[in-house]
Amino acid sequence: MALQVEHELHKRRAGRNIGVGIVLVAFVAIVFGMTVVKVTTGGLGPKPAQTQGATE
Amino acid sequence: MSDASINSQAQGGEAGFGDYFALLKPRVMSLVVFTAMVGLLAAPGGVHPFIAFCAVLFIAVGGGASGALNMWWDADIDQVMKRTASRPVPSGKVSGGEALAIGVTLSVFACVMLFLATNIVAAGLLAFTIFFYAVIYTMWLKRWTPQNIVIGGASGAFPPMIGWAAVTGGISIESVLMFLLIFMWTPPHFWALALFMNSDYEKAGVPMLTVTHGRRVTRNHILVYTILLAPIAVGAAFTSIGGPIYLTVSVVLNALFLLGAFKLWRRPEGQAEVDKYRAEKSFFGLSLMYLFLHFGAILAEAALKPYGLGGW
Repeated sequence: MALQVEHELHKRRAGRNIGVGIVLVAFVAIVFGMTVVKVTTGGLGPKPAQTQGATE
Repeated sequence: MSDASINSQAQGGEAGFGDYFALLKPRVMSLVVFTAMVGLLAAPGGVHPFIAFCAVLFIAVGGGASGALNMWWDADIDQVMKRTASRPVPSGKVSGGEALAIGVTLSVFACVMLFLATNIVAAGLLAFTIFFYAVIYTMWLKRWTPQNIVIGGASGAFPPMIGWAAVTGGISIESVLMFLLIFMWTPPHFWALALFMNSDYEKAGVPMLTVTHGRRVTRNHILVYTILLAPIAVGAAFTSIGGPIYLTVSVVLNALFLLGAFKLWRRPEGQAEVDKYRAEKSFFGLSLMYLFLHFGAILAEAALKPYGLGGW
């Protein structure tokens, strides 16, 4: 009985660790994705109005 | 599951991941996600789909964070009410301190990330929403005035405005109308719920209008707010978020909602008790459909616009 209780606790702890792991990986993926989008669409540069003359 | 079994789990000292997720009030979050998404998609201009996804996600996380702060502060009330007794903090699965830490951390995280993904206006509105829900509503109004629902409803009304600001970087008549639609809808929605859940609020000492002023006054209030809501909801049809679909949906829903409110207003209390608040429960169900279909219609107008069909 005691072993079973401990086992349940470990299972819950493992589930929590996996959950936090997934959240952290998702966060890294989101930051990476946001960076790619911002760089490719010029979101990190000066406002379009300021660059219009330079690009045309 | 009995309270005893919940507490014995808590004494194990290990909350599961789901318990922490439950702190964020997933059901409330789904409304936030839906309305924020509609605000974002209806806004002129548009953003990159991935940025749109991130914006809605961070708005949802911010909403969830304010839910965690609400659970931290309201643990004593939640413990007394049947509807909320199994929440993670009152049931002892997650400690109050943990809920506070998660709430504060996620609040800061959501605002900073929304700012990085979109702009300062959207992030500022999200920060204000969290502050409004956690401090103005939860800590101040909820236990102080029977108008708690009215003013507190503002926090639930901000998400479409934040979604709109994420795209446009500002506020406009359309986003204000979406705000007002939820803001004016909240009182009749919650007061209808309070009419058949009265004993829970009474037990917890929350000054709901039904407890402080009685059911008759609550029925009057429901009718007045429903009448005030109608021109706002229908009026939105004549802005850039509206169109023939929205106008049709809105006219029908407001007619039904007004009729429902009128029926509630005319109902004697004895009759409601006899049929176990059937009309009140059906009005509550209608109120859920009312908001969902209004925002669904705004979404439909926005989705059809690229094909030359949505809008006027």
